Amino acid sequence: MEQLLNDFSPGLFIVQTILFLLLIFLMVKFAWKPILNSLNDREEGIKSALDAAENAKKEMENLNADNERLLKEARIEREALLKEAREMKDKIISDATNEAQEKAGKMIEQAQAAIETEKKAAMAELKSHVAGLSIEIAEKVVREELSNKDKQLKLVEDMLGETTLN
Amino acid sequence: MKIANKPIKSYLLIVLALTTFFGYASDPVKSQDGGIVDTEQEVKDYILHHLKDSHDFHLFSYTSDGERKHVGFPLPVIVWGENGLTTFMSSAFHHDDAGHVIVEKNDSRFVKIHSKIYELEEGATTVNFDDHHHPTNAHKVLDFSITKSVFGILIIGLLMLLWFSRLAKQYKNKSIPTGFGRVLEPLVVYVRDEIARPNIGDKHYRRFTGYLLTVFFFIWIMNLVGLMPFGFNVTGQLAVTAALAVLTLIIYTFSAKKDYWQHVLWMPGVPIFVKPVLAVIELAGHFLIKPFSLLVRLFANISAGHIVVMSLIAIMFTLKNELGTVGATGLSLVLSFFITLIEVLVAFLQAYIFTMLSALFIGMAVEEHDHH
Amino acid sequence: MTVPNLVGAGLIVIGAGIGLGKIGGSAMEGIARQPEATGKIQTAMIIIAALLEGLAFGALFLGK
Repeated sequence: MEQLLNDFSPGLFIVQTILFLLLIFLMVKFAWKPILNSLNDREEGIKSALDAAENAKKEMENLNADNERLLKEARIEREALLKEAREMKDKIISDATNEAQEKAGKMIEQAQAAIETEKKAAMAELKSHVAGLSIEIAEKVVREELSNKDKQLKLVEDMLGETTLN
Repeated sequence: MKIANKPIKSYLLIVLALTTFFGYASDPVKSQDGGIVDTEQEVKDYILHHLKDSHDFHLFSYTSDGERKHVGFPLPVIVWGENGLTTFMSSAFHHDDAGHVIVEKNDSRFVKIHSKIYELEEGATTVNFDDHHHPTNAHKVLDFSITKSVFGILIIGLLMLLWFSRLAKQYKNKSIPTGFGRVLEPLVVYVRDEIARPNIGDKHYRRFTGYLLTVFFFIWIMNLVGLMPFGFNVTGQLAVTAALAVLTLIIYTFSAKKDYWQHVLWMPGVPIFVKPVLAVIELAGHFLIKPFSLLVRLFANISAGHIVVMSLIAIMFTLKNELGTVGATGLSLVLSFFITLIEVLVAFLQAYIFTMLSALFIGMAVEEHDHH
Repeated sequence: MTVPNLVGAGLIVIGAGIGLGKIGGSAMEGIARQPEATGKIQTAMIIIAALLEGLAFGALFLGK
């Protein structure tokens, strides 16, 4: 112990302290700070790059999923559209058929009605014609018949007889 | 250790260990005053001398024409003595380490004994020591010299700044470093993710990462440099490890939260008469035991490593008579090779443990307890 | 170093050795039981070993 203390050089202690403090200061300023900063930067860069890659991967997955979803949706939509179209077609066809039928029915009805009315009108005309003709004939006949008295009486009697029978 | 699992790193370790080892082996073991080391006492002295700091950068010595020649370069001596600050080059001592050469400068007279500079008092020409190895006619001076350790700290500090600021600059252009930066970056990340973050917690670790990184690399590089030939034994200097430990102490003292002080000074949930006792123990732990364990562990591990390696190398000389020159050299080579390998591991381990324990202590201080 | 110092140092080393052995043994057992917790066990083991080492070194240096 004593020999050690004897060997201890206070001057060297002071010189070493000063030099070492200087060394620490210089090293921190010119070496450690820039080195550690760039190491940190690099590590953060690597980390962020890895994160970015991970994110890109996730995004890709998302995109894939999206694509899948979109495809699925498109398919469903297509099917829906097709179905709708088919339904529409059926509907249009059936509508058209119905309408046509209806129209045809109506037309037939109308035609029938027209025929009926025409028929009625014709009948009426015929009747009036027949009536006119009958009256003319009757007039002629009557005129001829009624030229003598007997015939007139006989006719009246015939007619009377007919009417009661009817 | 995780590092040893990587094949390339293992090769690096082996290469490093080999260079280290050959460096040691080729470092001529000579005593300071020039004689060839032979006896056990001389080996011991040489090892102890090697562990100490020195005032000049000495590479090796050789003898030519009966004269000792020393190869190396002097370093400036800066001391604070009686007459204020004095500076001169260490070459003024002419490689004397026994107090024979007196340097007169600034009205003071200095001598150097065992890498320590003493200022002689009036009239004294040699330093006399009492029984406790305290000088009686001289006194120690406050030594701010650029010693070998300080020189090493400066060089390694500059090297660290260069390496890591270059790594920092590389990030400006691209996010992945090239070249040597590729070696440094995982180490920085390791300290941040394995030492700072788990021990301090996600919330606070950012503030202390700078300190922990600096400490970790400083200690590690210093430990490795200490193992190299002609290297600096910086982390084996008590003053250096003490400075590091005191810095950790300051950091965890000043960043401690109210919660921590409450747990130290007035521990909740224990009987009132136990509280003062606990407070004393906790305070001692805070201010003494923690920093002391930090500084002693690093110093002792590194010093012990050096002593063991050098003692094993010294087998070459000490067992020469018993085993013969070849036998002693071979044994010394094999043993010191493997111990050096272990020392390379210890160099990392001690840096790791110092940083880890610093982080742990800081983490304990800034932790916010759940309120009971 | 005097003889009591040496004996004390020996005692410290014995104590530290036993302690380290126990730590290492328990850590090995733990790892064998839960290999997935190897990292955590190693870290804890190193910290405890470091604390013990600090204590042992402290005692050795106090005695030196």
